[in-house]
This record gives sequence, C-alpha cells and structure tokens, in this order.
Amino acid sequence: MRLFKDASYTFIEKRRTAYVVSAIVIAIGIAGMGYNIATLGSWQNYGVDFLGGSLVQVRFDQPTTDAELREGLGGATAPPITQFGGEGTGEFVIRAPLDEDVSITQVADDVEAQIRANLPDKTFTVVRTELVGAKVGGELQQKALLAVLFSFLLTLVYLAFRFELRFGLAAVIATAHDILITLGFLAVFRVEIALPTVAAILTILGYSLNDTIVVFDRIRENMRMKGARKRDPVDLVNQSINETLPRTVLTSGTTLAVLAALLVLGGAVIRDFTIVLMLGVVIGTYSSIFVASPALIEIQKRWGMGQSKEKKKARPQPATV
Amino acid sequence: MFKTLRGRLIAIAVIIGVAGWQLYSHKTETGEWLKLGLDLQGGMHLVLEVDDPDSTMTADAKSDMIDRVDRIIRTRIDQFGVEEPLIQKVGGDRLIVELAGIDDEDRAKGIIQESAFLEFNLVLPTAEFDQALSRIDRSIVATLGVDSIRALGRDVVDESDDLENLLFGADSAATPDSAAADTTAAPEEDEAESIEDALRPFSSLLFTGDVEGTYFVAAEDRPVAEQFLAMDEVQRAYPRDQKLRWGADLVAQGARNYYRLYVLEEDAFLTGEELEDATAQRDPQFNQSQVQFQLSRAGGRQFARFSGSNVGNYLAIVLDNEVMSAPVIRDRIGARGQIEMGQGTPLEEARDLALVLRAGALPVRINIVEERTVGPSLGQDSIDQGTVAGMVGIAMVVVIMIVYYGMAGLLAVGALGVYVLLVLGGLAGLNATLTVPGIAGLILSIGMAVDANVLIFERIREELDHGRATRTAVDEGFEHALSAIVDANITTLITALILFQFGTGPVRGFAVTLSIGIVASFFSALFVTRSFFLAYLSGKKASDPISI
Repeated sequence: MRLFKDASYTFIEKRRTAYVVSAIVIAIGIAGMGYNIATLGSWQNYGVDFLGGSLVQVRFDQPTTDAELREGLGGATAPPITQFGGEGTGEFVIRAPLDEDVSITQVADDVEAQIRANLPDKTFTVVRTELVGAKVGGELQQKALLAVLFSFLLTLVYLAFRFELRFGLAAVIATAHDILITLGFLAVFRVEIALPTVAAILTILGYSLNDTIVVFDRIRENMRMKGARKRDPVDLVNQSINETLPRTVLTSGTTLAVLAALLVLGGAVIRDFTIVLMLGVVIGTYSSIFVASPALIEIQKRWGMGQSKEKKKARPQPATV
Repeated sequence: MFKTLRGRLIAIAVIIGVAGWQLYSHKTETGEWLKLGLDLQGGMHLVLEVDDPDSTMTADAKSDMIDRVDRIIRTRIDQFGVEEPLIQKVGGDRLIVELAGIDDEDRAKGIIQESAFLEFNLVLPTAEFDQALSRIDRSIVATLGVDSIRALGRDVVDESDDLENLLFGADSAATPDSAAADTTAAPEEDEAESIEDALRPFSSLLFTGDVEGTYFVAAEDRPVAEQFLAMDEVQRAYPRDQKLRWGADLVAQGARNYYRLYVLEEDAFLTGEELEDATAQRDPQFNQSQVQFQLSRAGGRQFARFSGSNVGNYLAIVLDNEVMSAPVIRDRIGARGQIEMGQGTPLEEARDLALVLRAGALPVRINIVEERTVGPSLGQDSIDQGTVAGMVGIAMVVVIMIVYYGMAGLLAVGALGVYVLLVLGGLAGLNATLTVPGIAGLILSIGMAVDANVLIFERIREELDHGRATRTAVDEGFEHALSAIVDANITTLITALILFQFGTGPVRGFAVTLSIGIVASFFSALFVTRSFFLAYLSGKKASDPISI
C-alpha cells in the first residue's frame, strides 16, 4: 500500500492562505486569553499545581448528583465542583480555595467534614487530594516557563549547529507558532493547566520540531544535489515537502491513532493531556509544511542564503508572490 | 562482530537477555515488574518546609534543620512500618516524603508532623502570678487601647445580638422562648461589666482552678486569652522565670467547659532528649490510654534527685507546649513515668505518641506545603485503563505497519517488540517509577520508534523507485534516513532532559520514560530493524524483489 506517491502539491504557493488561517487562529486564542484575564483574572485556567489550592476527589457509594453535593457544601457559596469521569459515576472533584491563615491540609479536612455533616445518608471515600501551597505553586509557574525557554534556546543552538542559522530560526518560528496556537486553544476552552499539561506542551514542542527537522533534512539534502543552486528555492522546498509527505502522513496518522486509543480508553486522569497532545500533532504537522518551510523561504528572500554574492546573483529570483 | 549477520543477531539476543533479566530480577526483588508511582498504586506525597513565618533563619540554618528533620522523620516512618518510603531533601530547605500504599493518611501525617517535644516542668503556686496580673492588664490596656479592647469584648456581644435579631426576625415561632430569654439576658450582663472588664482585660478571663497552680479559662474565652498571651508586652510583664501553658483536656464544671492554664517554672528540668523508650498501654480501670516511658540513666538520676526534693509539689508533663498531665509528686521517682492521654483516647493514638517520642522530637515546627494523595482504587483504575489503552494503541500500530509495509512492516513490528522490552528493562534497571504521564510518554515514544521505521522504509521505497537493486536500496535507505532520525531524536531528547531538570514528580516520570524510549527507539530502528532486514535479505539475490 502506498499513499501520496509522487505527490506534487504546490504547498509553498499557498502560504499566504496559511498565514491568514494561522493569524486568525492565533488572534482567536489571544482574544480568549484577554477574555480570561478579564473574567478569571489570569490568562489561563491555572490549576492547583500553579496557583496553589486544594483539590479533593470524592467517590460516593450511592448515586449522587452534583446538585446534591453543591447543596451539601454550602449552595451558592460552594467551591467549584466538577463531575469526574462520566455522568452517574458518583465521582466529583472539589476545588476549595486556600486560606492564608489555615494550613493546606486543614482545607481538605474541612471539605470532608462538611460533606459528612450535610449529607449524612451518603458514604464516600476520598480517592485523591492535591494540596499545593501558594508559594510552591508560584515557583512551579516559574519553573515551567524556564523549561520552555531553555528548550527553545537549546534546540535553536543545536539546529544552528547541525543545519544553518536560518533553519534554526525557521524551526523556532514554527514551534513558537505551534505553542501560541496551543496556548490559545487552552485559553479558549479553559483547559486546566496542571503539571502534565506543561509536559504535553513541551512534547508538542518536541513533536513539532521532529516534523520540521524531517522536512528540513530533505531540503538540506536536495540543496546539496547537483544543480540545486540554480533551482527555484520554492520549487526545491515544494519537492522536499512532497517527498516526505508519505512519511508525514503515516507517522502523524499512527501517532494520532495511538493517542485516540489513549483518549477513549485511557481514563479521565489523562484526558486533557491526551487532547492537548492530539492537537499538537495536528498543528505540528501543519506548521512544518505551512509555517516552517515558508519561513525558511521568507528568511532566505530577505537575508539571502549566506552564500557568496556571485552565486546569489546567478540564482534566479522567485517570481513575486 | 556487528559486521556479520550472526554477530548482529547475537548482540540483539544478548541485549534482550539483559533487558529481560533486569525485569525478572526487579520482579523477584520487589515483587513488581516495575516500580509504580503514587498515582498508580496509591499513596501520599508530602512536601515539608521548616516553619519560619518571620524569615529569621539563614539558608544554612534551614538546611541544617531539614537534615535533622530528615533523620527523625526517617526513623519515625521506619517504625510506623511503611515499606520503601522515599524521603528526599530538595532545594536546600524542603523535604519530600513519599509513602506508597498507605491507607490511613491522617495518621501518617500526624506521625510526620508531630513535634513531640517533651518537657518536665515544676508547677508553681499561682500566688506570685496573681500579683503580676494587674501589671499584665495594664500592659494590655496600654498597648491596645481601651477602645480596641472594648471592641474585642463587644464583638461577642454584637454577634449574639445579631444572631438574636436574626432568629426573631426570620422565624420567631421556631425559637424556644427560654433560649431567647437566655441570649437576651447574657449580653446585658456583659454590657454592664464591659467597662470594668476593659480595665482588667486578662484577669477577668481567669477563674480559680481546681488544682494548685492552675487557672480556669472558659473554653469560649480561650482565643481572646491566647491573643493577649501572645503579645510581647504581656510576656515581659510575667513574673521572673515563670510561664503559662494550656492544659490539653477540656474540664467540665457545672454547665460550662474550661481549659486549665498552668503556671510553670520557665525552664524544664528535663526534656524528651533523656527519654530512652516509650510504650503505649491501656488502663482498663479508667478506660484510659497511656504512654509509659523509660528515661536514660543520666535522665533517671536527674529525675530522682528532682522529685526527691519536690515531694508534695506538682509536676507538669508538657508535650508540644500543652500540659498532658500534672501529677503530684508523692515520692522519689526513678527512671520511669507515664503520660495520661485522657478518657476514651484510642490506644492507637497512644501508640503513635510512643512512636514519635522514641524517634525523638523535631528540632523545629514543620509545615506541609504540598500534599497529594491517591487512593489505591483510583490508582488501580489508572493502571487498568492505561494497560488497555496501551495494548489497543500497540495493536493499531502493528496493523497499520503490516498493512502498509507488508513483510517490512512485520520486521518493524519485531523490532518494536524488542524496543518495548528494552524500555521496560531500562525502566526496571534504573528502578525508575512508572506514573500516569509516564505511560503517556511511553506511548508517545512508541510513536517515535514507528516514525524512525517509517522514515527508513519510505526512503528504501524511493531508492527502489530510482531503480536501485534491492540490497543497495536497503543500504541507501538506512544511510539517508540516518541524519533525520538522529536530529529528530536528539532534539526530543533535549526537551526530555530539560523536563527532567525542571519537572517534579509526575513530569519527571514522563521525562524519564520519554528519554529511555528515545534511546531505545534509536537503537531499535537503526540496529534491530536493519539486522532483521539483513536476515530477510540473506536468502535472496541482490536484485530479488522485497515486500515493502
């Protein structure tokens, strides 16, 4: 079986359309962040890990609705309660805010005591608690940011060393694009940002780079071929993308299939994590074709290839696009 | 030796053997194929920090404290009987404590956090303190001002007024008349007294105690009293070498509940450091739990000398600044003694106290700044779901590869099998912990292992399209795919290593499995797949067609 054999799509020519699509998606994401700042007070829906706070997950032995539990925890003043897993599992996640004067462990104990007192005919077990002091949460935020910045820097250095600086730049532009879209998605859908979410974002960074590198590797190879200097760079890049297209589709497809299995069967604990990864695979594939490769062309058009002047003149300039 | 096919296959067999051995020995040593994280098997993760609200400690002092806390908590947990606790100092001033598979988190937390600072102090008659009371009252008035003290007192009154209005206003019929009368009467009395009270804010809270050397403070007044006692000005007004400590038990006198406030000699004549052993016991006669302790020889001598010269006086046994009991000294006491735990206290609590006393006192108060617990049932759910998802995911990869690449796909699946074994063996060998994100990292690295094979196969197909002979096309395919595989794997490895550096707990688990996965996938695609290919080609002529 073979897909996309001898494909010859004109990807680069469609880059304007891609720019517009990306710009719109990013704009929606940024608008979402703005909306979050206005309504939530922070640009992302930070979870317990980053803000500090408490999360108590309870599993009732009797059928229980979230309305009942909300009533038991003080009605209108109840902390946010979400159903865990599907409807009717009787499992809930309660997020009680932290009080500065009370020890974090007290918060969870209070929640338990309140349920016990107000819903006396129900029995339940606490299956999970997460309590993070505000100070620790702040430190984690900082660490996550540092992790992203460091991996940016190191991959840029590595690519500049293995390829050329412009390849590194183009790859970083594409990766930044991916992360921006992912963050926008997280903001718009208010996905809770927990530690595994950061791991997922960094994995997207890795995956997107992986995809970009495969295409760039082919461009590098084709550029070394005889007569490559005389070719239209747009043409050369298009050819490289088309040649790697079967691999791109198969790998993305396989990874998505595995992630889909994880999404459907992996349980509620890693659902958010999996969704972010799937999104990342799609964006990463898109960006290596429609962002990274065009970025390479644009950089080349503006600043040249770093070759000697005579060769540059001999090279036919691409038609204005 | 890797030049020949035989050598390659032997090398693969050896590596499979080593990986399998790692898994097997992990299983025989620990009873588990892999060490499971707290999120999978259930357990508790705590991060402790030295309590230093005014930041008066230097970083070095904190670090030193944490080292001492580390040793003591280790001993306590060891005696508590948790297997393989992970106790780790991080960032110089924090301690991570991970207890897997425990079922009573509150008890474990108590054992970790209890300061267990034991002191023996002489109880002093209240006479001298009585004389200091007016000085204490004056210092409170001088510091807080009459208005704010009145506000403190009035607060209570206002509240009950409000409550009463609320009750009457909302539903007067439902309120029992007698109760309503009581609440109206009480505030009026308080109102009348409050001017005088404001002038002696502290002493008005005190009543004569039932035992020599104690005052009674009504249970509801305790917060206000504590607030006063915490003031520096008040402590300066104490009589020389005396201090006040609350009793641990609530005492019922008539209709009201009181706490005892003991007047003690400031310096303890003996502390828990001299304690050698402690055991929990139950006194069936009084339905009381108690902890019997045995002092060291030096401590015993000191105790005997002290008790001998204080016969007839009271001795306070103070645990974490609360007076547990204050028996009268009837005779010279030797190296043994006991701490009464109060009526109806479960024996378990006495056992825990005995345990922490044996392990020693924490040199400083510690705070829990992070706590994560996962119940064993949730953990089991995660394992089951993760396993099923993993199986289905792998099955899909197998089907896709074989349908798409035929025989070559089958070879790749074989190489993936080696890859999976390598990863599991690697995890077992490093004694790495498998967490929920770790499973995700594992599944993701399967994707990367597949990617390497796909890159190679697509390249071989291209070479075949260009009319190369089979054997040449395979060689060229592997060669040309190499650079892309190397670069892609290294960049992902960089990300994984950074995650490891900055991550904590679950994220680290993800980074570890991803790193092991990348290394294994690199080896499996470039060496194992190629060896299998060589084996596949070995029976063929250079130009025979292959299934790819």
